[in-house]
Amino acid sequence: MAIDLRTVSITPLRQTFGHLARRMGADKPASRYIEATMDLQPVENYHYRPTWEPELDIFDTRRTAISMKDWYALKDPRQYYYGAWTLARGKMQEVAEGDFELVDELGLAAAYPAAGKEEALKVFLPLRHVAWASNLNKAYVSSYSYGIAMSQAACYASMDQLGVAQYVSRLGLAFNDLDALAEAKTAWLEGAEWQELRRYVEDLMVEKDWFEVLVAQDFALEGLLYPLIYERFNEKLNAAYSPVFSMLTRFQREWFGETSKWMDSVLKATAADNADNKAKLAEWIKHWRERAVAALKPVATLAFGDEADAVMEEVVHNLNARAAKAGIAL
Amino acid sequence: MDMKVAKKLGLKERYALMTRDLAWDTTYQKMEDVFPQTTYEGIKIHDWDKWEDPFRLTMDAYWKYQSEKERKLYAILDGFNQNNGHLSVTDARYINVLKLFLGSTPPLELMAARGFSMMGRQMNGAGPRVACQMQAVDEYRHFQTQIHSISNYNKYYNGMDEFAHQQSRMWYLSDGKSFFDDAITAGPFEFMVAIGFAFEYVLTNILFVPFISGAAYNGDMAAMTVGFSAQSDEARHMTLGLECIKFMLEQDPDNLPIVQRWIDKWTWRGTRKLASVGMMMDYMLPKRIMSFKEAWEMYVEENGGALFKDLARYGITIPKCFSQTIEEKEHVSHQSWIGFYMKPQATPFHTWIPTPDEMDWLSEKYPNTFDQYYRPVLEFFDAQEKAGNRFDNKTAPMNCQVCVSTMKFNEPGDPMEMCFRESIYQGEKFHTCSDHCKEIFDNEPEKYVQTFISSHQVLQGNCEPDGVDVNAPDFKPGQDMLGYWKLDKRALGDFNGSEDQKNFAAWREQATKN
Repeated sequence: MAIDLRTVSITPLRQTFGHLARRMGADKPASRYIEATMDLQPVENYHYRPTWEPELDIFDTRRTAISMKDWYALKDPRQYYYGAWTLARGKMQEVAEGDFELVDELGLAAAYPAAGKEEALKVFLPLRHVAWASNLNKAYVSSYSYGIAMSQAACYASMDQLGVAQYVSRLGLAFNDLDALAEAKTAWLEGAEWQELRRYVEDLMVEKDWFEVLVAQDFALEGLLYPLIYERFNEKLNAAYSPVFSMLTRFQREWFGETSKWMDSVLKATAADNADNKAKLAEWIKHWRERAVAALKPVATLAFGDEADAVMEEVVHNLNARAAKAGIAL
Repeated sequence: MDMKVAKKLGLKERYALMTRDLAWDTTYQKMEDVFPQTTYEGIKIHDWDKWEDPFRLTMDAYWKYQSEKERKLYAILDGFNQNNGHLSVTDARYINVLKLFLGSTPPLELMAARGFSMMGRQMNGAGPRVACQMQAVDEYRHFQTQIHSISNYNKYYNGMDEFAHQQSRMWYLSDGKSFFDDAITAGPFEFMVAIGFAFEYVLTNILFVPFISGAAYNGDMAAMTVGFSAQSDEARHMTLGLECIKFMLEQDPDNLPIVQRWIDKWTWRGTRKLASVGMMMDYMLPKRIMSFKEAWEMYVEENGGALFKDLARYGITIPKCFSQTIEEKEHVSHQSWIGFYMKPQATPFHTWIPTPDEMDWLSEKYPNTFDQYYRPVLEFFDAQEKAGNRFDNKTAPMNCQVCVSTMKFNEPGDPMEMCFRESIYQGEKFHTCSDHCKEIFDNEPEKYVQTFISSHQVLQGNCEPDGVDVNAPDFKPGQDMLGYWKLDKRALGDFNGSEDQKNFAAWREQATKN
């Protein structure tokens, strides 16, 4: 039996804000994501030019070669406004916390075979610096992109990467080894295997076009790195030893699976807007994919030995498929 | 088993490992190209590692706390909305506070989000960068929860529906817009003093405590919950602002005069911005918390005074404007409210003449000024209104070139005389509202000549609704300001007789009687 709970019913004068009714084409209730995002960034009547970039306005579409009829077409399919994002991450951190506790409680790190541990840590631990660079490069996108749809998603992704850098650091600590973190930093700064990757992320730190930074960092680099390490390499370790590393990097895997949906949707909407965008995206993806492959090859060799080329080929193939699905012919 | 003994890390050491140890000095690109903005303001930093983290919060802990807060907050908002919570506010005049707040605050929180993201990218040091990034993402939280809490009111009351459109167009919102535009277009260190210190530390309490307490006193659980929930974030933001000041002052003695000038400038700019908070406290809240004057004494004179005493060891002196703000605390709220009352065709919120009881309250709270200067004006307006001759000032206002306030403040020491200042720059005359705004202008005229003043812009044909041909022979500028602002006629003018007043009374009747 359905119980009809009654509340005093008052007919509203309107269902939503004017800017949202115009955008939706009707006065109807808007989701919290829409309310928190659409058309909120100022677009006119700026008082002053930036002293740090006097040729442009505070928010300016000319900070990228990409053009959009509507910058809010770059909306987030996950519908992350702050509350939705932080609730999703709150759940993920709870699971991660449980994983780290379990590994600690059962002594799984200490019981991990020494050979496997060395093999794993030398690949995983320098990635804390990669995540740190990603945090910085995403902060750039968040700062100088146009429209709140992009700036907020990039801001959340930037904070996510700080979280990743910290989870990788905790991984090092879980294996009880401050020295391993120090060694990993030395490897990152000096080790031959890591230099092309370091050059890649440092070059992005001076790249001016924010959309190019997004493509190079989030799509090309992370689109290869995450499947390569957090999926394939974990599978290899699982088969050879035990799933401890898979457990302690679950956050990264889930994050990538979820965040790629956003990235793919952004690429698709951008490519669909006009032919110049499509060509520009293809150019950027090809350029940065080649560089990312070159940067990741030594890391893949470290992780997979003789298998490296085959694994790289597979992840590149998948990345190309994502681009094709977004309507970008490479 | 060969196993090292776990080294127990201290909190500070562990946090360093989770933040600044992640960073490195770039070598494939020069550090000055990666962080190009931190030298041109003249601030000298010798060792970014000397930065003391003002709080130590790793992302896992951040997500844990913040998600708990969000869950509670949205549960309360949903309940409040479902239960027609808007009908439980003290009286419908209160809703005008929300209209003022929605237009003036979430858009500025948004600018803070974007500004702190820039700081989180531009600061060389890993410590300040992380702290700024956390503030950036918090600021997204603040503008979004504010919009979400007021969204339901918008469904029932007039004047809130076009806040996003009005943020860059509405004359009385340009003071806040110019404040944040000024900060974000400055260099990163000035931004930190402007927003991180002057706004978030010196002035935040006088901005938020009255608003949140006002919501609580007047039965608005939605806005109250949002405010309380934001307070724990604000506590973090305050420590960041203060640390930034100390860090700059400790790094090099040459930084002192620059920082002092910024503190003087931004404390004054913030003070001007707060005049509207004063009128909210003294005139718009049906149930009052305390007078603006009392709040100023408590939050600015006492707390701020103690803060500047604390900073004296670095050579910082109390902001130059302090004595003028103390004199003005007895005047600005009245001047502001009267200013808005006189413009009934130009704001999306209603105004009214205080009731006799409320006037008596004002006399008691402002024994030195209210009966002498402001009661006579209000009583005159009241009599005129009752005689069918409601005062309506249809002229465009004169604005200050720096703070963009309308000229309405008095000459220091002489409440009967309006204060005007002027400067000549490149042969052109520019007007300011006070000695402090004039000084700001004179220090950086090349910046402040750019200020977008709508009463000037309208005459140049720059404030017209879409589709108006400004080159048409019969074009007259400013004929359709309501169209340019998208200002609903129902939202204008007097509260008495308004649709809000009638609807609220009818709905409350419907909700409480059979």
